[in-house]
Amino acid sequence: MEGGYIFDEKDRHNAFISTLDLALFETNGGPLEGIAVAVKDNISTAGMPTTCASRILEGYVPPYDAHVVTLLRQAGAAIVGKTNMDEFGMGTTTENSAFGPTTNPVDPGRVPGGSSGGSAAAVASGMVDMALGSDTGGSIRCPAAFCGVVGLKPTFGRVSRYGLIAYSNSLEQIGPLGKTVTDVNTLMSVIAGPDARDSTTYDRPYDHTPDPDVKGLRIAVPEEFFGEGVDPAVSAKVQNAIATLEGLGAETIECSIPSMTYALAAYYVTCTSEASSNLARFDGVRYGPEVPAVRSWHDEFKTYRGERFGKEVQRRILLGTFALSAGYYGKYYAKAQVARENVRRDFIRVLKDTDVIAGPTMPSIAFHLGEKSDPLSMYLADILTVPANLAGVPAISVPCGTVDRMPVGLQIIGPHFADEKVMDVAYAFEQEVA
Amino acid sequence: MVNESDVEIIAKLADISISKDELGAFTSQFNEILEYFDILDQVPPGEEGMPDLENVLREDVVTPSLSQEEATANAGETEDGFIRAPKVM
Repeated sequence: MEGGYIFDEKDRHNAFISTLDLALFETNGGPLEGIAVAVKDNISTAGMPTTCASRILEGYVPPYDAHVVTLLRQAGAAIVGKTNMDEFGMGTTTENSAFGPTTNPVDPGRVPGGSSGGSAAAVASGMVDMALGSDTGGSIRCPAAFCGVVGLKPTFGRVSRYGLIAYSNSLEQIGPLGKTVTDVNTLMSVIAGPDARDSTTYDRPYDHTPDPDVKGLRIAVPEEFFGEGVDPAVSAKVQNAIATLEGLGAETIECSIPSMTYALAAYYVTCTSEASSNLARFDGVRYGPEVPAVRSWHDEFKTYRGERFGKEVQRRILLGTFALSAGYYGKYYAKAQVARENVRRDFIRVLKDTDVIAGPTMPSIAFHLGEKSDPLSMYLADILTVPANLAGVPAISVPCGTVDRMPVGLQIIGPHFADEKVMDVAYAFEQEVA
Repeated sequence: MVNESDVEIIAKLADISISKDELGAFTSQFNEILEYFDILDQVPPGEEGMPDLENVLREDVVTPSLSQEEATANAGETEDGFIRAPKVM
């Protein structure tokens, strides 16, 4: 096997949880032949440990490949390692990892964003060309924005999640990160398509060459994306980026997405509820370190989960357990689902008369390490990314300049299955400012 | 509002042991988050989303799958090809 791929193993940013000394790849003329690709550590890789950055999966080696990993191998990619993340995808900074935080290659005193922070840092630092992440409420787009790379959350159902260790099934998608829109486009073309083992996938393969022509494109600009809580310097950068697209012939339409008011609450109620159910499977019996069998199962199991889950994971399981408990279901979960439907309808309404929605990916630049110690203030940082997950629509983040020398991301959101369109708009912008 | 004993009950339901020292912090964070969730009371009455969903079904036929050995490879303890679990009662 030739080692023609590029992979610099000096991991100064703690981007990887595990790496392969020599990643094997098929010399098959595939679209990714010999290209170094990193994979987030919640995506199953046969024979290679997959931890979700959790002590509860210490030593777990999946007996099978996720569907996207099979596709990467078939395309000739060199899977060089598994990237660091917030434990089970729960976080916005990659600080909630049992393997220590990943740092931002642009400024190592700052976080790379999360939860796919290792994937973004591996790309941003040039260690790999491309990476896979997963995005439940912004986990691909946030680190892409904070590290100055490109990241796409595909339309719900466009990429198989078979082999993705589930956290919140109704929201999460696997998606590509890369240095350029072209790289992200190439990786998307490899991973998208139907899979009989994930019944939520659609028969919508992705075969596209980005087109930079945006003449006549109608861009909706929702006031909520530039409102309270959004750093005015970040807003100004993104407004400039939108003006650049206007300069290329696009037109902008001001609009409102009123359901944004309660989108974040709806998101956190939904994802914690799903997490409380999904993470019940980590009981130390089928995988992960063994539970000692001295006391009764529940006693052992409680101690084990108390010791091995990180605090944020425990907090979300508890919140979800509470939100679903008798007497509170109507107040939280049922209302969150109505709110979610309102978000979906708002997006469909706005995107009926326009082609895409544009705004900032994140309300600020990357935080300093340790800056967001209060859980709620961390959650609030997700306000601009969660709506696309609630609505199931595609959204891409593309770098659009810096504030205080830190990258800012322009977010382009499209209607269901318009992944090609958001890619085109990101490409038009990237080519213009390159 | 929830108090420490409520959080203890939730932790018990979720099978997660929380130490007495952590209970206070968890409870106050919980209340801060739940107070934020109250914004959902502003959601106008409406429908829960179930847009154009279609069940995806298939025939229940045996297809190639993991071997028993592969399926039990990560288990702590196995016996005769089965996973051995701690006693429940």
